[in-house]
Amino acid sequence: MLVTSALISGLALGSMYGLLALGFYVTYAVSSTVNFAQGSSMMLGAVFAYTLAVTFGWPFIPAALLALFLCALYGMLVEAVAVRPFVRRGSSAWLMATVALGIVADNTVLFTFGKEPRGFPTLQGSVQIAGINVSWLQIAIPVVGLALAAGLHFFSRKTSLGKAMLAVVQNPDAARLMGINVPLAISLAYAASTLFAGAAGIMIAPLFNVHSDMGTLFGLKAFAVAILGGITSAWGVMLAGLIFGLTEALITALLGSGYTQILSFALVIVALALMPNGLFGRAEVKKV
Amino acid sequence: MLRFVLLAAALLTAVPLHAQTIKIGLVTALSGQSARAGEAITRGLQVAIDEINAKGGVLGRKLELVRRDDEATPAKGVIAARELLFKEKVAVLFGGLDTPVSLAIVPIVNENKMVFVGPWAAGTPITKNGAKDNYVFRVSAVDEIVNKAMLTYSQKTFNAKNCGMILVNNPWGESNEKGLTAALAAKNMKAAGIEKFEGNDVDVVPQLTRLKNAGADCLFLVGNVGPSAQVVKSLDRMGWKPPIVSHWGPAGGRFTELAGPSAPSVHFVQTYSFFGKQSPVGEKVLKALMAKYPDIKGAGDVTPAVGVANAYDAMMLTAMAIQNAGSTDGPKVRDGYYKIGKYEGLIKTYNKPFTPENHDAVNENDYVWTQFIDNQILPVGMKK
Repeated sequence: MLVTSALISGLALGSMYGLLALGFYVTYAVSSTVNFAQGSSMMLGAVFAYTLAVTFGWPFIPAALLALFLCALYGMLVEAVAVRPFVRRGSSAWLMATVALGIVADNTVLFTFGKEPRGFPTLQGSVQIAGINVSWLQIAIPVVGLALAAGLHFFSRKTSLGKAMLAVVQNPDAARLMGINVPLAISLAYAASTLFAGAAGIMIAPLFNVHSDMGTLFGLKAFAVAILGGITSAWGVMLAGLIFGLTEALITALLGSGYTQILSFALVIVALALMPNGLFGRAEVKKV
Repeated sequence: MLRFVLLAAALLTAVPLHAQTIKIGLVTALSGQSARAGEAITRGLQVAIDEINAKGGVLGRKLELVRRDDEATPAKGVIAARELLFKEKVAVLFGGLDTPVSLAIVPIVNENKMVFVGPWAAGTPITKNGAKDNYVFRVSAVDEIVNKAMLTYSQKTFNAKNCGMILVNNPWGESNEKGLTAALAAKNMKAAGIEKFEGNDVDVVPQLTRLKNAGADCLFLVGNVGPSAQVVKSLDRMGWKPPIVSHWGPAGGRFTELAGPSAPSVHFVQTYSFFGKQSPVGEKVLKALMAKYPDIKGAGDVTPAVGVANAYDAMMLTAMAIQNAGSTDGPKVRDGYYKIGKYEGLIKTYNKPFTPENHDAVNENDYVWTQFIDNQILPVGMKK
């Protein structure tokens, strides 16, 4: 019972980490840059959805869809303001610029949305699995998470736009010569990245609460997950998310909560020491 | 022109700005999860100050409240406390909700012989800080006393025999772990289990499952509003409904909204409730609050009530201490608290509330057990 309930908790949290980490993957795959403030993008998803669904009283589905669209726009803004100007000059300052933009977003929400955490109405109802009570939301989260990962995989391998985006990372100049709009591809990658984070935020909100710094710790853990999975593999980061979530829950269940953070992050370090390219990543070949 | 400047300078020297007021400082959370608690403390202090000022103030001088936000962080609290003590030169400094912040301020006030009064934070070592010269007073619950009351309440109300602890992982949780363990040991009992959780944890199911498997028949909960709500939501997901006896963390915010339909299952300690029949002081304070703050239309809007009630009584007792001292000098004001005799307050009638050995005015006989019903804190069992 202890292990089963830990597995269910871990799967839901793990797919959240995986979704955020997919956001790191998708921009890294196309542009070799990431939005370090993925946690803020996640928070924005929850805040937009709360505002539309609760404050304005919209039905949940249209509220969630518009929230995701707004998140995607925010992703394009991040790329245009905090990444492109620096990459164009060959600078790595986008590292700090994305963090700074995240802090701006967090504080803007603090002043506009309010200082108090708010409760997102939860999906009522549960089922019994192996004698354990499991809420519908805990089942929905991993299902949606894996579906989005599968969708990304399908999009990048089977559609011409997806293939074009992958071509950008392999050789931007050749891609440009082939008529691929490189800046647009990168901008779309950022839109997808924040869309994944926003989806994670909307799904986690009913389990958690909605406030301006709700994404900070998630963002940090998701980055660890992205590196652990090997940031070059979509399925790798998703699986690493699940592994990280399950490890956290199992350590808490079997050894006690005092050991969770120490052991789960220590295991990340050990895993990376043994496999420097992450669990599922491939070493990059650099031609000099 | 020169004559005008000299005249102006002479006037300014003769009547320094605010020379007539005695400044009362407040360092508390005015933003973040505990913002409501900070606002409640502010209102309690302000209503008391208005009442004192209407009667001519203290030592013939009016009182003036000066507030700073500590953002629930010790580092920010220390900066704000230093500013209020040394720049604003407040006569007495009041603290806020967070034990870690108050614990960080304690050494500064003791070292500089300035009085610090806690109207909320309940950590035992705030007043029992081991300093030879102790300048810290409190009109609020004290963890080790609350912990004894939590155990007694769980036994009397729920016939609990094997309670487990679920505590937030910070100095406040630690203080309660010690207090609860000692309270259990005094009755030759042990906890079913002791589990900690982070303030930002989404899922507390693994910790709660451990307690359930250990045979816990009730839970001792310690955490502020957000974390406490996470525990209740996790219990809901598990479908486990043990009695929950809690410290007063849930009182600090929108607990019903955050915890969902099971919010009323948490019984938590308070020092005062504005519901039910009020004493003449209770009626007077409620009337003053309704007159001053348009959003207060009845007892249910004074929330969290402990912040208002503790702060009100603490300010009244402080005014008496300054009056007894005959000055705003720290050591004299400190001794002024010891000279307070009888005072008919909001929480109770105080009788020699402070002595050099006891800096806590409120004890286990003054607690009220409450629960959230529709966003309002009501005494357990009371219908609106």
